[in-house]
Amino acid sequence: MVTLTIDGRKVQVEKGTTILDAAKRIGIDIPTLCYHPDLEARAVCRVCVVEIEGQKLLQPACAYPVSEGMVVRTNTQAVRQARRMAVELLLAKHPQDCLQCIRNQNCELQALAERLGIREVRFERRLRGLPEDHSTPSIVREPDKCILCRRCVETCQNVQGVGVLFPAGRGADTVVTPVFGNDLADVSCALCGQCILACPVGAISERDDTERVWEALADPSKHVVVQTAPAIRATIGEEMGMEPGTLVTGKLVAALRRLGFDKVMDTDFTADLTIIEEGNELLERIKEGGVLPMITSCSPGWIKFGEHYYPDLLPHISTCKSPQQMFGALVKTYYAQKAGIDPANIFSVSLMPCTAKKFEAERPEMRSSGYQDVDAVLTSRELGRMLREAGIRFDDLPEEEHDDPMGISTGAGAIFGATGGVMEAALRTVYEVATGSELGDLEFEQVRGLDGIKEAEVNLNGLTVRVAVAHGLGNAKKILEMLRAGKANYHFIEIMCCPGGCVGGGGQPIPSTMEIKGKRGRALYLADRNMPYRKSHENPAIKQIYAEFLEKPLGERSHQLLHTHYTSRSKY
Amino acid sequence: MAGIITVDDILTKYKGRPDALIDILHEIQDVQGFLSDTSIIKVAEALDLPASKVYGVATFYSLFTVKPRGRNVIRICESAPCHVLGATAIINALEKELGIKMGETTGDGKFTLEYTSCIGVCGVAPAIMINEVVYGNLTPDKIPHILSEYR
Ligand code: SF4
Ligand code: SF4
Ligand code: SF4
Ligand code: FES
Repeated sequence: MVTLTIDGRKVQVEKGTTILDAAKRIGIDIPTLCYHPDLEARAVCRVCVVEIEGQKLLQPACAYPVSEGMVVRTNTQAVRQARRMAVELLLAKHPQDCLQCIRNQNCELQALAERLGIREVRFERRLRGLPEDHSTPSIVREPDKCILCRRCVETCQNVQGVGVLFPAGRGADTVVTPVFGNDLADVSCALCGQCILACPVGAISERDDTERVWEALADPSKHVVVQTAPAIRATIGEEMGMEPGTLVTGKLVAALRRLGFDKVMDTDFTADLTIIEEGNELLERIKEGGVLPMITSCSPGWIKFGEHYYPDLLPHISTCKSPQQMFGALVKTYYAQKAGIDPANIFSVSLMPCTAKKFEAERPEMRSSGYQDVDAVLTSRELGRMLREAGIRFDDLPEEEHDDPMGISTGAGAIFGATGGVMEAALRTVYEVATGSELGDLEFEQVRGLDGIKEAEVNLNGLTVRVAVAHGLGNAKKILEMLRAGKANYHFIEIMCCPGGCVGGGGQPIPSTMEIKGKRGRALYLADRNMPYRKSHENPAIKQIYAEFLEKPLGERSHQLLHTHYTSRSKY
Repeated sequence: MAGIITVDDILTKYKGRPDALIDILHEIQDVQGFLSDTSIIKVAEALDLPASKVYGVATFYSLFTVKPRGRNVIRICESAPCHVLGATAIINALEKELGIKMGETTGDGKFTLEYTSCIGVCGVAPAIMINEVVYGNLTPDKIPHILSEYR
C-alpha cells in the first residue's frame, strides 16, 4: 500500500494505482478525454493534468502512478488553465457541429467544454476539411471531428487484433486512417464497430438507417415486421436512461408496437432454430468425420474477419446462417405464406446490437426468399433515437408479448446475447439429442463470464466433447492460431466478434465498458432462468415450424433457407 | 556487379523482425527512392504487422516518402531557426523557380520539394539540402543559380 495526499487529504491505495484512480477513491473526478477504463493509457490529450509537489511540469493523472508521500493538487489555477488550454486547442481544429452531430449530448468533448466552462477559444480556427468515409453499410468516419485520442487505434489493434486504423502523417497533419488513407470498404475491417464504442466524439459512428425505417412505417402498402435480437432486451432500457442490466423484454415489444410495426417477432426464436440446425450439424460432423472443430457462425463481424484473415479455416465454420438471417429468410417465406401476405410487400427490420449486421443483411448470399431477406438493420442506439423522437416514455410502458408464429422462444435463445451463451444453448440441446436422456444441470458455469477464452468438456454417452469459447477478435485470434498450428483439440468453438458477446456489440449504448457489459450479460442469464422453456428443442413454435414447413433439421428446405457459404477475401 | 537489390532481398534479410521496421523502410527507400504501396504491403506481410501501422510509420518520419520523387530531392528545414531567418522566402523562390508546391515533384521528374526536420546546420540558417549537399546562408536570389547546377 502507498499513502499519498491529494488536495490536502490522505489516501491509501495499492501500489501501481494511477493518480486518477486514487483521486476517484476520495470522490474527486479528474476530467479526462483520451483515457478509457478498458484501454492502456496513451496520455496524449493532457486534459487530466495535475500538480505534483517537487515536479516542475504538470503530469497526466491517467497514466501517472502514485508513490509514497506524493503530494498532488488537482484543482489549482495552473491546472485549470492548462486543462482549458488543452481543450481550446482541440476546439480550434474542431467543426463544433454539435447540434447536427450524431453524438450530441453523448460526447466527451462537448461535456468537457461544458464542464470546464469554455466560453471562448483563444486560438485561430483552422478546420482541416478531410473527406468523410461513407463506404460501408455499417460505419461512417468523419475525420474532421477526430481529436486524435487513439482509443479506436488501441481497440482495433490490441483488443480486436485487427489493426485497420492507425495515425498517419505527423504534427498538425496527423489523421487516424486505414492504410494509404483508404476508405474502410477497401481494407480488411470486420465492421465490428468496437471503434465506435471507443470513440469519445462523433468521428466514428454507425450508419443511421432510421429514416428508411420511418419511411417504411409511413407507407401503407408495406407490412413492416421487426425482429428483436437477444441482447437488445438487456440494453434498450439503458439506452432509454435506465440502469445498465435492466431487462425490458415486454416494454421493448410494447414500444415497437407504438412506433407502428405491424408484427413484433423475436430473433430468440431463430436463435433456437440455429441451435437445432447447428447442433445437428455438429453431431453429423462428429459422426461422419466432417471438418472439426466446428466454429459458430452467428457473429457477422467474426465471419468477415475470418474471411479476410483465416480463409484457410472457412470449412470449420458452421454453414448455419445467423439468427438474424434465418429470421429474414423465414419471414418472407414461412410467415408470408401463413399470413397470406405477398412477400414483396413485407419490409423486414431487425433490431440488433451490431454494426456488422448491417453489412451481413446486404450480402448477396442473403436473398434466399427471392428478396433481400432483411431490409433494414437498426442498432440499439438508432432505436433509442426513434423512441425519443416519437416521445415514447419507456419506463411507463406496459409489458407485452411477442407475436406469433415466430415469437415464442426459450432461455437458450435469450443467452445467445452473452459470451458463452450460444455454446451453453447448444450443449443443452446436443446433450439431449445425442444421449436421449434429460440433462440434470442446465447451467454450464465454465462457459459463462468475461474471461477471454473459456473451455469445458461434456460427456455424451462415452464421447468426451471438448468445447471452447472466445469473445473479442483478439481472443479469437489466439484460438484460430492454435487451430492453424493443429493444436486446437476441440470439437466445437464459439466465437463472438465483440468483447462480452452481443451485449458488448458495436451498436450498443455508449458508454459500453467491460463493467457495464458484465451487468448486461447477467440480465440475460436472469431472463433465461425466468423462461418457461429453457432448451431450444422444447420450444413449441420450433416443433411447429418443422412440422409445417421445414420438415427436418438439415433437410432440403433448411439448406435452401437457413444455410449459407463463405467467401475468401484479401487480407490487405 | 552484385546485381540489383530488391525489396524481397531486404525483407529476406530482416524476416520476422518487426523491431527492424525503420531500418527496412530506410533500405527500401534507398533502393527505390520512395515507399510504394506495394512495398508497404510487402513489409507488413513479412513482419506480420498491420499495413496501417507500416503506412503510419512511413508517413510519420520526414525522411520517408510514400510518393515517387524526382531525381533531385530538395529538403527545406522547417525548424524554428531556419523559419525565423527567412525559410519562407526561400520556399517561395524554390516554388516559383520550379513551378511546383512543397511536397510535389516537377513534371520532368527532376526535382521534388520536401520539408525536413532540422538538418543540424543552424549556424548557416536558412539552409536547404539537395540530395546529400547542404546549402546555407541562403537568400532567394541565390536559388536560380544553385538549381542550374542540377538542371
Ligand atoms: S463530436 Fe462532440 S463536440 Fe464535436 S460536433 Fe459532435 S457533439 Fe459536438
Ligand atoms: S469496425 Fe472493428 S475492425 Fe473495423 S476499424 Fe473499427 S474496430 Fe477495427
Ligand atoms: S476517431 Fe475517435 S477514437 Fe479514434 S482517435 Fe479520433 S477521436 Fe479518438
Ligand atoms: S486523459 Fe490523461 S492525458 Fe488524456
